[in-house]
Amino acid sequence: MRLGILFSGGKDSTLALHLAGEKEEVVCLITLISKNKESYMFHTPNIDMTILQAEALSFPLVSVITEGRKEEELVDLEKAIAEAKAKFQIDGVVTGAVESVYQASRVQCICNRLGVWCFNPLWKYNQKALLAMLIKRQFRVMISGIFAYPLDEKWLGKQIDAQMIDRLVELQGQYGISPSGEGGEIETTVLDAPMFKQKIEIIDHAVDAKGNSGVYIIKQARLVAK
Amino acid sequence: MILVVDMNWKKDSLAFNEFVMPITSVIEPFEKCVVKHFSEITFADLEACNKVVLSGTALKDHSTLKQLGRFDWAKTLDKPILGICAGMQTISQTFGVPLKTCLQIGMAEISTLKENPLFQGNFKAYTLHNFSVEPSQTFETLANSTKCIQAIKHKQKNIYGVLFHPEVRNQDIILRFMKLI
Repeated sequence: MRLGILFSGGKDSTLALHLAGEKEEVVCLITLISKNKESYMFHTPNIDMTILQAEALSFPLVSVITEGRKEEELVDLEKAIAEAKAKFQIDGVVTGAVESVYQASRVQCICNRLGVWCFNPLWKYNQKALLAMLIKRQFRVMISGIFAYPLDEKWLGKQIDAQMIDRLVELQGQYGISPSGEGGEIETTVLDAPMFKQKIEIIDHAVDAKGNSGVYIIKQARLVAK
Repeated sequence: MILVVDMNWKKDSLAFNEFVMPITSVIEPFEKCVVKHFSEITFADLEACNKVVLSGTALKDHSTLKQLGRFDWAKTLDKPILGICAGMQTISQTFGVPLKTCLQIGMAEISTLKENPLFQGNFKAYTLHNFSVEPSQTFETLANSTKCIQAIKHKQKNIYGVLFHPEVRNQDIILRFMKLI
């Protein structure tokens, strides 16, 4: 089965890509670049990095810009999947959805209209186990957005490791935040993973943070040998 | 021990995590479960378990409906069975009940029509299906949505079917099924 991955460059879609690649043939990545930072559907910090990530992965990237208005962005997503189907003859789409019925059901509707399969290999996955799988598989995942109390700018730019997972699970108990950021508490950017043929090195960045909300913006990055 | 039947189009498929693992993760804290692909169910598997749960599948996956002979064991097994989505469609077809086209994706309002040990009242549930079942002499209708039948029970046997996905929302339905004798 030829598959396109709905790819944001964050940990969930990158992990979904790896799981899909172990079972079927991944032929392209599909990215929606949302101009709306509050998008209901699409990851936004450092979304431009998907160009470099696709190059690191050696997969073609179908990239569509969306204004990010609530229902219109779904029309743009449908256009992107249709384009991937036409260009790369995909039989199905893979998402990194874990808990969001809102996201998953909307992608399911689009795939059904376009006559392609829809897979969610992280669906209902235990969040701590999901984070642990990233470490076990040697993903390098950086926190690129924080959007909930008590997270602050000290988290930005840090890489997810075993100690951070323990801290996130603690915060779940204390404040009810989702350890893997399912409620939008954190956003991530993947710098390296097993399927990356080269890894990403950040050359220049900026932090834009206020209180418990902030982003780590990658201003310049390059691919380097692993 | 509960036997969870993987209803996906092939063993160890990409859909396993999505449709089988959420069921086992509900069961395993309370009871041992064994997962077998539908193509590999043996008499010994059915002997060893006390209940059977049939998983759902991806929306485009109708493989089990083309291999109904593999589910003949359901006609003679004297143990509780719960078919989820494709599991309900397949069990119904095995007993000769026709399917009815009914597309639903996302959260839907479910209304209980008949008292039963698994659920009651009105509740919201996650749906992902192309087909429901026609009313029949073999199964009684336990619940419906505005579009179609959502839950059934065999009139003589402890065989239940839910078209919605209780492993996504309403996990307590699986827990109540586990308590059936």
